[in-house]
Amino acid sequence: MHFIRQVTTAHSSIITERSNVSSMIKQRCLLPLLSGRSGSCRLCETFTPAPAKDQFQEELVIRPLHSGDIYASFQFRTLWDTDFLQEGQKKVSHYRLFPKSLGQVLSKFSVQELHISFTQGFWRTMQWGQPFIPSPPGAELWVWFHHTVSDVDGNWKELTNVLSGIFCASLNFIDMTNTVQPSASFKPLGLGNATDHRFLRYATLPREIVCTENLTPWKKLLPCGSKAGLAVLMKSEKLFHSSFHSQAVHIRPICQDEQCTSKAWELRQTLNVVFDHYTSGQGKKEWSLFKMFSRTLTEACPLASSSKVYVDITDNPELSPATPLLSQAVVLGDRRTYSVYDLTRAETFGQLRSFNLLLRWKGDNMLRPLLHAERYVAGFGLQTGEIHTVIYNNHPYRAFPVLLMDSVPWYLQLYIHTLTVTSKSRDNKPSYIHYQPAKDRHRPHLLEMLIQLPPHSMTEVTVQFERALLKWTEYTPDPNHGFYVGSSVISALVPSMVAMSTNFTQDQPLFSSFVPVKEESSYFVRVYTEPLLVNLPTPDFSMPYNVICLTCTVVAVGYGSFYNLLTRTFQVDEPSPPLAKRLANFIRRIRGVPLLA
Amino acid sequence: MRIFAFIHLLVSIPHGYSNYVETKAGQFFSSGHTNNWAVLVCTSRFWFNYRHVANTLSVYRSVKRLGIPDSHIVLMLADDMACNYRNPKPATVFSHKNMELNVYGDDVEVDYRGYEVTVENFLRVLTGRLPPSTPRSKRLLSDDRSNILIYLTGHGGNGFLKFQDSEEISNMELADAFEQMWQKRRYNELLFIIDTCQGASMYERFYSPNLMALASSQVGEDSLSHQPDLAIGVHLMDKYTFYLLEFLEEVHPASQANMNDLFKVCPQSQCVSTPGHRTDLFQRDPGSVLITDFFGSVRKVEITKDTINLTSPVDRKKYITGFLCCQTNL
Repeated sequence: MHFIRQVTTAHSSIITERSNVSSMIKQRCLLPLLSGRSGSCRLCETFTPAPAKDQFQEELVIRPLHSGDIYASFQFRTLWDTDFLQEGQKKVSHYRLFPKSLGQVLSKFSVQELHISFTQGFWRTMQWGQPFIPSPPGAELWVWFHHTVSDVDGNWKELTNVLSGIFCASLNFIDMTNTVQPSASFKPLGLGNATDHRFLRYATLPREIVCTENLTPWKKLLPCGSKAGLAVLMKSEKLFHSSFHSQAVHIRPICQDEQCTSKAWELRQTLNVVFDHYTSGQGKKEWSLFKMFSRTLTEACPLASSSKVYVDITDNPELSPATPLLSQAVVLGDRRTYSVYDLTRAETFGQLRSFNLLLRWKGDNMLRPLLHAERYVAGFGLQTGEIHTVIYNNHPYRAFPVLLMDSVPWYLQLYIHTLTVTSKSRDNKPSYIHYQPAKDRHRPHLLEMLIQLPPHSMTEVTVQFERALLKWTEYTPDPNHGFYVGSSVISALVPSMVAMSTNFTQDQPLFSSFVPVKEESSYFVRVYTEPLLVNLPTPDFSMPYNVICLTCTVVAVGYGSFYNLLTRTFQVDEPSPPLAKRLANFIRRIRGVPLLA
Repeated sequence: MRIFAFIHLLVSIPHGYSNYVETKAGQFFSSGHTNNWAVLVCTSRFWFNYRHVANTLSVYRSVKRLGIPDSHIVLMLADDMACNYRNPKPATVFSHKNMELNVYGDDVEVDYRGYEVTVENFLRVLTGRLPPSTPRSKRLLSDDRSNILIYLTGHGGNGFLKFQDSEEISNMELADAFEQMWQKRRYNELLFIIDTCQGASMYERFYSPNLMALASSQVGEDSLSHQPDLAIGVHLMDKYTFYLLEFLEEVHPASQANMNDLFKVCPQSQCVSTPGHRTDLFQRDPGSVLITDFFGSVRKVEITKDTINLTSPVDRKKYITGFLCCQTNL
């Protein structure tokens, strides 16, 4: 009786206070009632918050591409339930699933958001579609610092050095000559104050190589390492024998629920790889996990709350083993169907205790990507040149704006008065231009423009430049290879054919929840162009040696012989007489008789 | 009487026992070092110098296998061969054309790579004069009880070693760097191995104590490479390091092989050049120096009879009971 009465009072209170009370508190109030605990629900005084706990999820998405290649995208997400950027918070010293090396970096340098990626190869948008997580070739690092930081540049310098030690990469080459502060691109992907771009730093190293020495420390950041779960598949001999390989670490603060009552740090480690149809696939549109990674899955990571494999079956490929679990997701403006394999369930592994996926397809259809871009250097000779950036809008009837960001090193001296933007052979004036000229040996050029792309068109941005002559010590040991210019970044909200879902749910698959979706009619896309390789006028470094040799020879031969001619005198010298004659002369000297000739 | 004898026995057992502990401790510290470091440098750039990277990685592999952890190894590779676009087998570096041994492996941490391998960085690592923001993995944090192994490979000449085809380090600079290390007490004993042409010229000028040096060839001789691989298209390894790797593969952490065996590696019949060595600055007899003194990392435990003050009372109790238990189990 008492119990039923309590339930009805609670119900009526919910009806009256529906508009005021949040759904979360409602749920929390009902729980103690249903479990029979005593206490008033309306104020929830005796309600105690759940203890802070970390969460780890892992996921692999496999997408067959129409060219016969196959795209595999790993995502590992660790949620760290702590908020040490708040005032008065105790210094964190207990790490469960979140790696300690990164946690210490975040607290020491007051980092709000950190995104670092290492990529080998270039993503071919026209052949492969849009990637889940885009990245430029080489290394890219962009960081939002907390608004309490007083010396952002000093923190940035130390942060790059620390990260170079953690990831075994030469990130210490990031300094003021290749760092920029974008004013409009690279807004924070998590919570954060997006207005003050003084706290944002962006740098790329297009020359940076990715190899096993970068993968090893990356794998060590995972809670299960490479011993269990999906990370078992990451064998370097197969991963680097691919057309595209990109590994990244993204850290940002997020809300744990829709009302943002509690915040957490989210660490996403992503690894995207595209295996080539011919070099790894033997020319057949038939792939399996064993063929891709030379390993099969045997168990999920025990620390993971969810461990899933998604296979894109929108184009109806043949898939074995079959699975009843299906999921639909709207990602990158397209509704795709996925077969889901849950690795936390024992039956996924079958009798052999190993899970190997087999995939075969024939289809040639691919959704044409709506936005893609190219970049190249035009011109001849080693004095001047022209950078052309071409952006394609493949939407049949919608125009949309894109934000183009270019960061050019100081030794390519841009002439901004020659900047032209043309679409459909007509001048297209950008509505927003931010240009920061370079300072020799101090900072690079930064050019940001908001360009409206007409529907179904090609827009070309050209700017002329002159190549600088560097000082002798500034050349790399192999200057004839050329100098790299980092990729341009094009960020846009592309209109979507299919309505995107803006609901916040914790159970979304990771690949569709990476970028927060703010509106239903468009999705966020970032496209990177190719990096440029530009030859600078290179001196002949053997010249000093040759000059010294030649000069010394000329001086020795010319001056030496002239000096000899002037100062040398010739004397006739008697050859020394033979022994008999010497003896005879000696005896004659004793006798006092004149000597022989 | 018997009780007396029994009590005497009881008293002498701990005394004899502590004697045993002290002789064991004496044996532990006979070589005088407590930790091991390794600085392995490959100084050559470009694809046709694949063999120099393979040399360095094979020594890295041996040193890791014998126990030195990554945190105590400073590995400097001037160019990337494993993920080079010309490598037909990416993420691998082989030592022999039968492609059995991938010296690159799956668990490798390169501290200095690419353009970072310069004479300045090498000397700064040795002498410890690095900028304050350098991470720990890039520092040589040795002390006066460290045995350091230094391995250099690349192209060299009479009195110099070429770094990345653009600068050189001379034998005098190297000798001065070692003297700085000695004066700053940054090593206990140092083993210097160099595999370049005319390598013996690099150790001619050493003048600091406790240095032992090995080189793959004498002054006026060239060090030769082992054999090419037609699939990869370059020479895979140098002769001296190839036979050195073969020798080290037989060594295990408990091995009693000593330096005299190392001097015999790659005689002229195998190497064509004459390997040389220098031991006059070294205080101990090379026959008593174990290979694992430099290539391995024998963890030595210092036994102390003092109690240590810890902050948390709970931890202190657990530590002391554990400490007493471990002492008796010795």
